[in-house]
Amino acid sequence: MVQPLLEVRSLDVRYGAVQAVDGINFEVEQGEIIALLGANGAGKSSTLNAIAGLVPTFGGEVQFDGQNITNLRPEMLPGLGMTLSPEGRRVFGTLSVAENLQMGAFGMKDPQEIAAAWDRVYTLFPILAERRDQFAGTLSGGQQQMLAVGRALMSNPKMLLLDEPSLGLAPKIIEQIFELITTLNQQGVTILVVEQNVSMALEVANRAYVLANGQIATSGDAKELAASNNLQNAYLGGA
Amino acid sequence: MELFLQQTVNAFALGGTYALLALGLAVVFSIMGLINFAHGELMTIAGYVLMYCGLAGISFVFAVPLALLASTFAAVLMERVAFRPVRNSSGATMLVTSFAVAMILQVIFQNFISVRSQPVLLPEALSGSITIGGLVIGVNKLVAIISTVIMLIFLDRFLSKQKYGIAMRAAAEDFAVARLMGIRANTVIAGAFAISGLLAGVAAILWVSQRASVDPLMGFTPVLKAFIAAILGGLGSLRGAVAGGFLLGFIEIYLAAFLPPALQEFRDPIGLGLVVLVLLMRPNGLLPAASLKAEKV
Ligand SMILES: Nc1ncnc2c1ncn2[C@@H]1O[C@H](COP(=O)(O)OP(=O)(O)OP(=O)(O)O)[C@@H](O)[C@H]1O
Ligand SMILES: [Mg+2]
Repeated sequence: MVQPLLEVRSLDVRYGAVQAVDGINFEVEQGEIIALLGANGAGKSSTLNAIAGLVPTFGGEVQFDGQNITNLRPEMLPGLGMTLSPEGRRVFGTLSVAENLQMGAFGMKDPQEIAAAWDRVYTLFPILAERRDQFAGTLSGGQQQMLAVGRALMSNPKMLLLDEPSLGLAPKIIEQIFELITTLNQQGVTILVVEQNVSMALEVANRAYVLANGQIATSGDAKELAASNNLQNAYLGGA
Repeated sequence: MELFLQQTVNAFALGGTYALLALGLAVVFSIMGLINFAHGELMTIAGYVLMYCGLAGISFVFAVPLALLASTFAAVLMERVAFRPVRNSSGATMLVTSFAVAMILQVIFQNFISVRSQPVLLPEALSGSITIGGLVIGVNKLVAIISTVIMLIFLDRFLSKQKYGIAMRAAAEDFAVARLMGIRANTVIAGAFAISGLLAGVAAILWVSQRASVDPLMGFTPVLKAFIAAILGGLGSLRGAVAGGFLLGFIEIYLAAFLPPALQEFRDPIGLGLVVLVLLMRPNGLLPAASLKAEKV
């Protein structure tokens, strides 16, 4: 039996009295695209942030690539092969596009690997190469999202955590983002993506977990979930 | 006209020293949201190193790097011992901690060195003056201006070209995301303190070279001024700190030189009044920081 690349066991996240994540279990196999769905406040970001070490876990365990990474400091993750592109993009607006990407490769030592990372990102996103000297804050929302993903790719991760990459973007750009997720996956990157755009997410994902009130309400094969038409109404607050 | 030029040189010298101090405060504030009032004691430490070097007969050329080393090291130590335990606390908690550190150091200076002001031996050359185009300029003023310019260029190069400098700017803008990139929180914060300590050391040497003495409370007044300068420029903004430092230097020197004798008594309130006026017009300072909220660790 192959161990899953990411394994989350009984994860608990609390902010004071608020229980954001309530003992969830899930795993992501090497090479998969997994969607983590749920309504506003369901605990999706809290889950990703806890995996990345940005918020402390109250209980439970996170295993990545055979290592226990529970409550590991976030700066250790890129070295292990995992990066998180956080909700809201959060590019460094006062840094140039190139400087943002350079920061993405901060922990890398091998010059050849670094050069390959630049190549890969500029090939995926020619617009970033064009705008390399521009302040990231002056990019459009879609370009900033590409920069955020590009930045997360610079450390050449095995696994990418994406928190609502389609948030606030135009439909055409959203399509590009989901195409990108598929492309990256074909390049060998395992992906855990949090989304509110359920139909698109289920289209690209292999499997999905649906969070409601910090618990996993349902999970399963993406195609099957997409076919069960009560998903929207039951867990995602209508819409 | 000549008096005006003369005073302008003085204003650049004093403003430059304020700028270096304000920059030291701003570097730390931009990274971790702490206003370090113990910054002045870093100056005092550098001042005492100069004094002891003089007593021990160590040449000024060696005393200067030793003093810089001492204030830099003290700043890093201060972070490790006093500020790391309160890193995730509120701004108020950190501020009070920095007051405590300042007071503890002042008491240590008073008890283990002296409550009184101590003379510092300076090289003859510093008290001389040179004449440029009919303008008599004190060597210490000239040295102050040149040192300030060198430090500003050095810092600007570091922050814009070096990987660690860029990482510090990234961390100042969004600390959490910088950590996600693999930038270590401890390294960046220690680096910010080291830079602030170095800047405090340079400022101390310039300060002492105008006064030739050091006392346990030496750092208090200049750092209070630097704090005003940092606010004036836009708290957490590095360019703002420099602009605020120079502006404050100019205000102080020009008021001292050109205010009628009857009004000299009110120099400080008038100066602060001008500062308030600037802030009324630009509430976020001259050159506000891009991210006013200092992202917590
Ligand atoms: N820093 C915080 N302090 C206190 N409560 C928080 C904090 N962050 C999140 N919460 C609460 O935890 C719960 C889960 O929030 P979380 O951000 O994980 O949800 P989400 O599923 O990502 O929602 P969204 O789709 O809006 O991004 C919510 O009730 C939220 O209000
Ligand atoms: Mg969220």
